[in-house]
Amino acid sequence: MKNKAIALAVASILSTSTVYAAEPTTQELMDMLTKQQSQIEALQKQLGKTDEKVKETDQKVESSVTAIEESLSTKSASNTTIGGYGELHYNNIEDSESIDFHRFVLFFGHEFTDSIRFFSELEVEHSLAGDGKPGEVELEQAYIEMDLSDDTRMKAGLFLIPVGIMNETHEPPTFYGVERNPVEKNIIPATWWEAGAGFNTQLSDGLSADFAIHSGLSVPTDGSKSFLIRSGRQKVAKANADSLAYTARVKYTAVPGLELAASYQVQSDVTQGALGADANLITAHAVYNSGNFGLRALYAAWDIDGVEAEVIGRDSQEGFYIEPSYKINENFGLFARYNAWDNNAGDSADTEKKQTNIGINYWPHENVVFKLDIENRTGAQDGSGFNLGVGYQF
Amino acid sequence: MTVCIFALLPFGLIAKSYLSQDSFVSLTSQSLENPVWKTKTLWLDKSIQAELKNILSHPYPKLRLRYKISTNQPIESTIWFLDEIGKERPISFAISIKENQIQLIRVLEFRESRGYEIHMHAFTEQFNQVSVSGAGRLNQSIDGITGATMSVNAMKKIARVALFLHTIALSK
Repeated sequence: MKNKAIALAVASILSTSTVYAAEPTTQELMDMLTKQQSQIEALQKQLGKTDEKVKETDQKVESSVTAIEESLSTKSASNTTIGGYGELHYNNIEDSESIDFHRFVLFFGHEFTDSIRFFSELEVEHSLAGDGKPGEVELEQAYIEMDLSDDTRMKAGLFLIPVGIMNETHEPPTFYGVERNPVEKNIIPATWWEAGAGFNTQLSDGLSADFAIHSGLSVPTDGSKSFLIRSGRQKVAKANADSLAYTARVKYTAVPGLELAASYQVQSDVTQGALGADANLITAHAVYNSGNFGLRALYAAWDIDGVEAEVIGRDSQEGFYIEPSYKINENFGLFARYNAWDNNAGDSADTEKKQTNIGINYWPHENVVFKLDIENRTGAQDGSGFNLGVGYQF
Repeated sequence: MTVCIFALLPFGLIAKSYLSQDSFVSLTSQSLENPVWKTKTLWLDKSIQAELKNILSHPYPKLRLRYKISTNQPIESTIWFLDEIGKERPISFAISIKENQIQLIRVLEFRESRGYEIHMHAFTEQFNQVSVSGAGRLNQSIDGITGATMSVNAMKKIARVALFLHTIALSK
């Protein structure tokens, strides 16, 4: 009985305690709410910090990626550029065999500002230069170019003359045939550079004009090469600047695949004061590529004043070529070229030289080319054979 | 779905501007029914970079490309803004693609000394409806510009890049 009374008493106390714990006082509730509020604020603060950190991290990632991309872009597009081209030739004409690293060329360019730039071309011809050696080291271009407006630019220095097809664009992968065509070589005469100032302006979309004032030719006045145009190139090497020359060109390129151009040049004296022989050059050419078919045609003619040139028939020198081609696919192309030129066209004798080349280009890469062509020389020259070549540009 | 990529220029080189990116988007929109553009980012992972290098013959100097997607069209089309160097300086191109075919291609800015003719309508329209063949080449021949082979090649390569990225973007 005594034990039962004690048990009831304990149960009663426990029951009272339970009721007391389930019903907190107002103050206790306030304390709990305040505590919970603090916890919520702390969590919100923490969340805010996390958001900020996420944003901060995003910004860091963005900055890092941008910096890396700028670095990558800088590497790929420096203000200073280097390029070049080269070609190795094997010629076998009438049992005369030769192998020659004909041209090794390096381009260097530099952007000084948005509108002022420098461009140069340095060439080693025939591998070995020096006294008694077959080759030459030549500075073929070195000029400053300035944009005068969106459509007009000016250049000053040593530059390629704006005549013909090959004179300004002669990287091996861009043309058919191991050797450059003999008409532009012997009549224009490519590759031809002079020193002076030139202007290029875009008259409208696909129509442009060039004008240049520059140093002139200085042809020999006696010997077998007398008045030969190609022998008149001074190459801006301590050149006689007694008599200047003026070149103008108009070019039409508004139709894809088509280029029509004509140049006119006045040489105030091709003997640079020795005999007083002014001369005029006219050239006209057409290039048309449509689908797999291509066609190039050029005509060039010199008219040289003076009895001395007339006596030896070199008062008139002219030539033309026509070159149809067919590109089998992106890697292979076939061509045929008929050339005829005469550096003695002013005389009555049959001095015209003719040359036919038929061959193939193989491009394993758009900037690398292997070439083979068969050559047949007729007219005032004889010989037949073949040429092999490899060339590149970058 | 239309995608736009914004490429940064390495330098503030002088350029002849022919069209803005916004104008190109508007031009593309004309052939769609009230497109809504959404911007996304395409990260150029190893496999994408490898294909870009294969097409361009050099690594593409970006880690990612931002693009826009038009999500309210029954047939997804894309627009890309990409730069590529012709010979020495970057040319900015814009290309829109639909059903794996080029709808429009334009030169936005040209900085090279030769080959500005590639911006002309007569030249760019040759790319309309062009896609890639099984060999990964453009399936139509493009008549070039004499003396500007490298600018022409840059445009042909960038067309292939855009067609490739279009496929990748749609597969994401």
